[in-house]
Amino acid sequence: MVKRRLISCLLLQNELLVQSIGFKRYLPIGKAKIAVEFMANWDIDEILLIDMTATREGRKPNTDLIATVSRNCFVPLTVGGGISQVGDVKAVIRAGADKVSLNWAAIQNPKLITEISQSFGAQCVVVSMDVKKNAQGKYEVFANSGTEATGLDPVQWASKVESLGAGEILLNSIDRDGSKLGYDLDLIKTVADAVGIPVIACGGVGLMKHFVEGVTKAGADAVAAANIFQHVEHSTIVAKSFMAKAGVDIRLGTLARYTDFVFDDSGRILKRSDAELEQIWMERFKKEEI
Amino acid sequence: MSQTPRVVIVDYKMGNLQSVANAFRFLGCEASIVDNPSDLASEMKNSGPNGPVKGLVLPGVGAFGMAMQNLRSQGMIEPLNEWVLDRKFPLLGICLGMQLLADRSDELGNHEGLGWIPGHVKKLDPKNDLRIPHVGWNTATIVKQDPLFQKSDPKPCYYFVHSFHFECAPENVAATCDYGTPFVAAVQKDSIFATQFHPEKSQTHGLRILRNFLNFAEGKVGRG
Repeated sequence: MVKRRLISCLLLQNELLVQSIGFKRYLPIGKAKIAVEFMANWDIDEILLIDMTATREGRKPNTDLIATVSRNCFVPLTVGGGISQVGDVKAVIRAGADKVSLNWAAIQNPKLITEISQSFGAQCVVVSMDVKKNAQGKYEVFANSGTEATGLDPVQWASKVESLGAGEILLNSIDRDGSKLGYDLDLIKTVADAVGIPVIACGGVGLMKHFVEGVTKAGADAVAAANIFQHVEHSTIVAKSFMAKAGVDIRLGTLARYTDFVFDDSGRILKRSDAELEQIWMERFKKEEI
Repeated sequence: MSQTPRVVIVDYKMGNLQSVANAFRFLGCEASIVDNPSDLASEMKNSGPNGPVKGLVLPGVGAFGMAMQNLRSQGMIEPLNEWVLDRKFPLLGICLGMQLLADRSDELGNHEGLGWIPGHVKKLDPKNDLRIPHVGWNTATIVKQDPLFQKSDPKPCYYFVHSFHFECAPENVAATCDYGTPFVAAVQKDSIFATQFHPEKSQTHGLRILRNFLNFAEGKVGRG
């Protein structure tokens, strides 16, 4: 049966990889190419590369950067930011991307979803929506990095993009972005129940158990996160191992599987008893040559 | 022979060829992309026993009818028939490239395929309300180990993206998979191989398939 997916969201401001907190504050991380290489080797199921400032600053997608990062990325790569016409899709795919993510452009010109879907297939179109609760306490889709209200209801908008030919929905909660409080499960569940295409949950993961909740409580087909994967060795493998232990059907494809480790909720490895540690020996695995 | 082997990727203006080329380059192989008969002919001049060109690759994602129409208008069908069917030159189809090998497809109408492996492409019809397309990593069950799945994990996971599937005779099935309903994940017949999943996007398990295809194409394993 098809596995649930763990997706790493790499947020860029032009060429700089950053962490985002509430769509307001940003912490610099470094180069996208390095992050992509690490994530791809650490068992990630997919990578999303989003240039958050491209649309706002009127830039086209950076195809040189995409070509560089995709060279050693042997997992699916979705590229977002600055895509406003079919020609942009052609350019990023030629540079090595597998799918595109539309946000602002889909709201401005919903027909673009259909055009891309017909030319490149529905599997190529991810529609990303940033949602927060408005002053009336209702969920609303916001554009332009969360600054501009659109009046769109997330469930209706999701059904509409599905009928226009979108292949997947990336559902991001602005309120939860960088909060470490976990996914907005109500939001994800209502959208996932309303559409027949896969929904990717995003925004707010602070503990490894949040990934599990996204799947088991909200019914997301894939769970994504950005900040939590940075600065931690084997972060994505540990997340997947944690999910597998919690009963989520997920792929563990590397030699490091952390199957015999015990974690706390945040995914930190707990110390084992001295008696157990005395029994451990080291074994050397040769690097896999293909 | 110490020269770098090369594969020729057939471009019919659909899908992500760059990922396929990147994956072959990672394996120390060259990849050239051709979209017309004369470029194909000049590449294939280097395909003799001492030439570097070892295999053809037919990748692609998108709609079946459009793909066949493009191949036809590019004039690629006849030369490909000659190389693959008559001369038995090794070919690897990927995703839509596997479905194109069939006789016909039901995708958006009824379209004739290349007819290299007898079969019919039909819409996936999963039980228990699963979402279409089938997107994500799924475990394949290997039916024929040789040559594509040599040294493979006993339960390998590959990345799938598709809404249609290839129905063919059991003797041509190399691997199967399950998405609410069982379907064919890989086919092989003579020197024609194809996978429904994307080996170029399936990390080490997928790269190994490409390596096995190259080994076969370079004659490092017995052909039978």
